[in-house]
Amino acid sequence: MSELNHPLHRFIRPSVTSTTNCPGCGNGIVAQAILRAIDELSLDLDDFVFVSGIGCSAWIPSPFFNADVLHTTHGRPIAFGLGIKMGLPEKKVMVISGDGDLAAIGGNHLIHNARRNVEMIVVCLNNSIYGMTGGQAAPTTPMGLKTTTTPYGTYESPFDISKLVIAAGASFVARWTTFHPRQMTATIKKAIRKKGFSFIEVITQCPVQFGRKTGAGSSVQMLREYKEKSISVKEAVKLSEGKLGEKIVVGELVDKDMPEMVEEIMKIKGKASGEKR
Amino acid sequence: MSEKRVQTGKYFMMGNIACAEGAIAAGCEFAAGYPITPATEIANRLAERLPQVGGVFLQMEDEISSIAAIVGASWTGKKVMTATSGPGISLMLENIGFAIGVETPCVIVNIQRGAPTTGMPTAGVTGDMVQARRGSHGDYEIIALCPASPQEMFDHTVLAFNLAEQFRTPVFVLSDAFVGHMREEVVIPEPEKIATAYRKIPPAGADPQKIKGFLDEDVAPMPIFGRGFKAHVTSSCHDEYGKRNLSDLSALDLFVRRLSNKILKHKSEIIQVERNDQNTEVVLVSYGAVSRAASMAAMRAQEDGMAVGTFRLITAWPFPEEEIESMAKKAKKVIVLENNLGQLYPYIRAAAAHYADVYFLPPRVIGEIHDPEEILKKIREVIA
Repeated sequence: MSELNHPLHRFIRPSVTSTTNCPGCGNGIVAQAILRAIDELSLDLDDFVFVSGIGCSAWIPSPFFNADVLHTTHGRPIAFGLGIKMGLPEKKVMVISGDGDLAAIGGNHLIHNARRNVEMIVVCLNNSIYGMTGGQAAPTTPMGLKTTTTPYGTYESPFDISKLVIAAGASFVARWTTFHPRQMTATIKKAIRKKGFSFIEVITQCPVQFGRKTGAGSSVQMLREYKEKSISVKEAVKLSEGKLGEKIVVGELVDKDMPEMVEEIMKIKGKASGEKR
Repeated sequence: MSEKRVQTGKYFMMGNIACAEGAIAAGCEFAAGYPITPATEIANRLAERLPQVGGVFLQMEDEISSIAAIVGASWTGKKVMTATSGPGISLMLENIGFAIGVETPCVIVNIQRGAPTTGMPTAGVTGDMVQARRGSHGDYEIIALCPASPQEMFDHTVLAFNLAEQFRTPVFVLSDAFVGHMREEVVIPEPEKIATAYRKIPPAGADPQKIKGFLDEDVAPMPIFGRGFKAHVTSSCHDEYGKRNLSDLSALDLFVRRLSNKILKHKSEIIQVERNDQNTEVVLVSYGAVSRAASMAAMRAQEDGMAVGTFRLITAWPFPEEEIESMAKKAKKVIVLENNLGQLYPYIRAAAAHYADVYFLPPRVIGEIHDPEEILKKIREVIA
């Protein structure tokens, strides 16, 4: 009998035989959406360089993706990715990391590269918690929630990361949840083709460090909650700020064309090397 | 000046400019940095010159992203550098450790200034000598060069690129505000007279599963991105194939030892010192700008009939322990001159004190270079 393999299995590094994800983790859904998007665009993993930082979601490309992968220090993958893009402008640079990595310790690189509008795809898995270190509050944790470092409840307002990236000037920003794998795939395909900084926020469940500790429940309960709370961009504009309340606005939030940095640099090189004076 | 890569000719040039020209002559294609006194002239020059030769200079949002960007670009096969001063190095340290851990060639120029903290940006104080060696967390080895003139800012920057490529590691050019801002004659040779090295990479079409791209004490070929090598590059503890291992302590042991041994095993190929200590009783040990005062003092002492020689560290790290030992065996007195409170002194003392009496002399005022008269006074004092 011939062996049956998952159609995306060919994208997985052969030396990897097991997963480090907890049961019920959203990482697998996002990893599949990314690989499905690449597959549906008939691209090869060699067309990409993947970059990640520190945290559970950073372990999606490293080691799972059978591609060039740079697993970097905490918060810095976008900055490393910028250097990679400068050296290999013809390749797609995709950063896959978490909310703590990209919006807390690495927040500066996130906003500055959105501003630069450098062609890069950033997939931010937002689970509203520090999962790898055991459930500490993140800048995305909802107000009042009890976590291991906020035993009396958080006392800070959370970031709306997508809004932050929009304000910084990114040319493509979208938000989905792990309840929306098909929509997420379609959006990732768009982001891969986008000439500019593309940011995709994925609200994802961490049943072990978030669900269990904050009372949000199991993976299924959290996915059900995403389903109930999600509202499309089109529907959301009809609601007042107050009525939007705790809704999760999903869909493509921004898609605009702007000067892309690598292309601008090419023009400068031409000017400087005397094409001509 | 023209737009050529190598600006062959004789110039009256600032050290920092010579550094930038050395980088471009060595083949630098990408640099990233953040403005900081007294290193900014290097960034300014690179910003003007790199695009002329097909390269890119990026001004980043901070020094953390500067070192991150150059390490990322190095993994695409480019020769890369950044230039900063002490506060910038402090911010870069975590990613310098990253560059060491995943064996990334890059050049880091530190134009040292008055410190600690914001300190006095225009004062030249070599206060970061040990930071370069020990600043990032964990055990590691580093290569660091100490130029003493604008000419050496050019020469040592070229050498730093070559060592970085040869040993797949970050290399420091540990200069200071004196040498960086000093203007002197700089001779830039013909391109063919400038030796340049390039990292080994695996052969095209190599089976990605079989590439041992890491942890070879004789330097593994670098599986750079974009060539189909499917390189797994992680700062986590890993094996020769780049595979992460976070449970086996023997993997950590190999990770630490092999990275260090890669430098230590090749010490003799890396270390350079300048010795003028034949038949001398007193040897002045120094590096960088201070070595200029040491040479002057030794000359005057010799004129006065005293047997005084000099020993200059060109390579501060890896530390030239054996060279210092051999110097101390013949000397009676060793005077260590640094314009800090004694950063390399403990290392020099440890290597020399078994054989000779070892003294330390800072300048009268921290931030100055020693007055040769003060050095002469110290020489007379230790001889007496």
